[in-house]
Amino acid sequence: MSNVHPYVGRAQPRVDGPLKVSGLARYSAEFAADDLVYAAAVPSTIAKGRIVRIDASAAQSAPGVVEILTHENRPNMPAEDEPYKADMVAVPGGPFRPLRDDRIWFSGQPAALVIADTHENARHAATLVKVEYEALTPEVDVSNARDRAYDPPEKRNGIPPPPPPRGDAEATFKGSVIRLEEEYRVSAEHHNPMELQATTVEWDDGRLVIHNKTQGVNNPKNYVCSVFGLDPEAVQVSTPFVGGAFGMALRPHYDLTLAVMAALKLKRSVRLVLTRGQMYTMGWRPDTLQTVALSAGEDGRLTSVRHEVIQATSQFEDYQEPTVNWSGLVYDCPNVTLGHKLAKVDTSTPSDMRAPGATLGMFALETAMDELSYKLKLDPLELRLKNYAEADQNDGKPFSSKELKAAYETGAERFRWSKRSPEPRSMKEGRELVGYGMATGCWEAMMQPHGASAALTADGRLEVACGTADIGTGTYTILTQIGADAFSMPIEEVTALVGDTRLPMAPVEGGSWAAASAGNAVRLACAALKEELVKRARGLDDSPLANASVDHVVFRDGRIALASDENVAVSYAKLLGAAEGGRIEAMAKFAPDKEFAEKFSSYTHSAVFAEVRVDEELGVVRVERIVSAIAAGKILNLATARSQILGGVVMGIGMALHEETKWDKRLGRIVNANLGEYHVPAHADVKNIDVIFVDEEDDANPLGVKGLGEIGIVGAAAAIGNAVFHATGRRVRHLPITIDKLL
Amino acid sequence: MNRFSYLRASSVSEAVEAVAGDPAARFIAGGTNLVDLMKYDVERPGRLVDITRLPLNGIEKTPGGGVKIGALVPNSDLAYDDRIRRDYPLLSSAILAGASAQLRNAATTGGNLLQRTRCYYFYDVGTPCNKREPGSGCSAIGGETRIHAILGASDSCIATHPSDMCVALSALEAVVHVQGPRGDRTIPFADFHRLPGDQPEKDNTLEHGEMVTAVELPAPRFGRHHTYLKLRDRLSYAFALVSVAAAIELDGDNIGKARVALGGVAHKPWRDADAEASLKGVLPSSSAFADFADRLLSGARGQGENDFKIELARRAIVRALGQAASGTPQVQSVKQVN
Repeated sequence: MSNVHPYVGRAQPRVDGPLKVSGLARYSAEFAADDLVYAAAVPSTIAKGRIVRIDASAAQSAPGVVEILTHENRPNMPAEDEPYKADMVAVPGGPFRPLRDDRIWFSGQPAALVIADTHENARHAATLVKVEYEALTPEVDVSNARDRAYDPPEKRNGIPPPPPPRGDAEATFKGSVIRLEEEYRVSAEHHNPMELQATTVEWDDGRLVIHNKTQGVNNPKNYVCSVFGLDPEAVQVSTPFVGGAFGMALRPHYDLTLAVMAALKLKRSVRLVLTRGQMYTMGWRPDTLQTVALSAGEDGRLTSVRHEVIQATSQFEDYQEPTVNWSGLVYDCPNVTLGHKLAKVDTSTPSDMRAPGATLGMFALETAMDELSYKLKLDPLELRLKNYAEADQNDGKPFSSKELKAAYETGAERFRWSKRSPEPRSMKEGRELVGYGMATGCWEAMMQPHGASAALTADGRLEVACGTADIGTGTYTILTQIGADAFSMPIEEVTALVGDTRLPMAPVEGGSWAAASAGNAVRLACAALKEELVKRARGLDDSPLANASVDHVVFRDGRIALASDENVAVSYAKLLGAAEGGRIEAMAKFAPDKEFAEKFSSYTHSAVFAEVRVDEELGVVRVERIVSAIAAGKILNLATARSQILGGVVMGIGMALHEETKWDKRLGRIVNANLGEYHVPAHADVKNIDVIFVDEEDDANPLGVKGLGEIGIVGAAAAIGNAVFHATGRRVRHLPITIDKLL
Repeated sequence: MNRFSYLRASSVSEAVEAVAGDPAARFIAGGTNLVDLMKYDVERPGRLVDITRLPLNGIEKTPGGGVKIGALVPNSDLAYDDRIRRDYPLLSSAILAGASAQLRNAATTGGNLLQRTRCYYFYDVGTPCNKREPGSGCSAIGGETRIHAILGASDSCIATHPSDMCVALSALEAVVHVQGPRGDRTIPFADFHRLPGDQPEKDNTLEHGEMVTAVELPAPRFGRHHTYLKLRDRLSYAFALVSVAAAIELDGDNIGKARVALGGVAHKPWRDADAEASLKGVLPSSSAFADFADRLLSGARGQGENDFKIELARRAIVRALGQAASGTPQVQSVKQVN
């Protein structure tokens, strides 16, 4: 049977769905191994200082304990930082190294590792390890570290620093009548994926098979080979499923280092699963202090933009994300100054978290734009349209495509934005004030080199493979769709493989680049497989396709047939019968088109509209509905794409109203490191979300794909905050907007 | 989690005996709080006595026209019980305002009373806490206090009781039935939980080995004039910043009897009988409710971060009394506050 209608573009259900709902999808903490032992990390109770003494005697004699590792007895590790920087998304500075020495950099840092015969015994013994500290007073609040803010001495690889100033923003601002300058702050957030960070190391006589929660198997592989001096041939990382990550599983974490350290020391299989509390000891969306200054003419055209950020980072690394660059990109403005400074706090290093930088920067910019619209007495949407950027002024390039105007239009219409009455506090429904707000979202459409393979297997199925990851986004499904379309096969006959270092090379999955990069790589691999099949068909004795080329044939119904006469054909079965191992495979490599990238800037855009209801007396905010109109090129799968945007919007609701990692500022300890007290939106907080994909043709890659993982969250929090202002006349510039801020 | 032994009790007296004779033993029923606390190493029982098989899961009429609820009746069953919904809708509503459907299915009536505080520091064994380790100090004072007490706190402890159900039981003047090593006794609800004072390790007035067997409610009296209003940091599945259980008996147009209990603000559901008495004979109005709120909150003191809860409580009391007076109780599945 052949598929007349392509799978790409449909709302194709997830191919991995049945495995996930039936519990057959295996995650990193679920791989079994003979002779497996279980590790538990002992978290430090201080945030800054030194370990004076570790008394492991009680733990040592607890039932089932096999080994206790500390900085005093751990195996030798490289002394210099360099080997630990074998990390595709490394950050300038000295990477954190568990059990390195007696120094404590952040609360919850592992002070020891207990290994026992069962998970329960390891956890119990870990509570018996007594660690004595010499504590220093920590600083965890970036606003107290503001005076010590500094320019990052080394730029983070892959993260564009703010572009140089254009025009003279300062002078223009000073000379302007219509202007505003405000400080915005978004509280620190943690990713809180469902799946805990975990590593299972299968030890097989010196060969390691590692199951590590990661957004890209090659990253942990390179890291452990570099840190432990292992032969890459003797290390395989296999992580077929990831239960959410949102950026937190991009970098290698201490679960990996410690589990491999223990396995090498004990020469046996080891599993380390972190606790939910320990999930707050690695990677977080940094607390930021942002200043946005805007000025505009009477006509509503921006005359100057200044956007500066002081962003928290750890004491040992200079983490950076692109926070302010958007303010030179999204709107047309001749005078722009952007600045990015860091300030050190006694925490773990922040990390990329869904639309890193953009989420924070666009919250500040889009809130300031809303404030400006009231000063100008101009509809907020009208203000955006008046300042619409037709070209990327940061880079001086045209956009490869930008259907943001269509997104504004379609979104506004679906939302019925025209029903908004301009004055704050002017709309009411029963007891509640009603507010409409909107914001723009933006994210870079990135691509990375990816390898892929495509193979016909003995049973006549198509197998496509790429070493990327599916962190729940739908990568398996889109790769399956692309393969099925290439060979006009029913999707049930196609298998996609990801998440294994034996598969063709791919970098980490992040930045919304996986769909475009892995998708195009699989497409190329399928094309290469077709070439290989035709070549083999031509070479058969008395081949009916002796003179055929790929351009003259169709691949359908298990055969290669002449397009002009489909009765002239060679079956896959025949080719497979003649093939070594009953398998025919082809490889391909996709690389972004550099020439194209030099000529064009590529971004995804969104227009987000929010309606809130506010019980002013009690400070209760409800998000009644959100319309998110997205311009992101070709949509491969309407179902998984919509889910990505829904998830992003829900996280945006969380950022606007709920999420806040709270430190005890005296102790430097996170007090709400659990899902009971760290509030993500519950079902009741999420009502109607309407996702629209506007048509957008883009030529940056053959599939026309731009990626969707990030864009859904960008702008969502600003749209909600702007709606709260419209409802109440109160501007909350420090997220989340909790009850106390509205009383 | 520590290692513990496990006993499945086959009678109340066996359970009581097993726990009373062992200071490290604890009863376990739904386990929705105890097991969490064990995982956090906050509770380290040497022995768990499982009481889930005991015949304490009935809801029975009492001769006085009230109802006696077995300690093992799940929160969900209680909230959706026909008689409870009809005669004690305030109780049903308060239960449904709490936790999640899954937790309510597992949690029991007796266990709900014995929930421990959600104070961040109580849960964090890496910090001092007088409730967890008497004499070690209170980390919450001077720390993060959003969820902490504004009433009845002491220099030793500013924790709050997290239950929603207990706030309604307090307003309904329930009586707790207890069986202990020295026999049975009943405890008026107001005397069941206690303020922290200098013994914050004691949440309630039970002695070790005493087991809650039932909760009894007097005959119903408030009709539709009640409400449970809960304000929290998201619209569901969060502990109360402030909650109000209000019930009013009208005498003509005026208030005959009023009962108001607050949740999320103190170490126990907070009531003030004198303040309630001051509402007697008063015509329901926002200003009368505001005066009452001032009175009920007269001793309120914030800890800094939670100062807003005093004003929030004031407004919530006024709104809740308005709902009760007009016979339009808050419906928990409706997230808009009426």
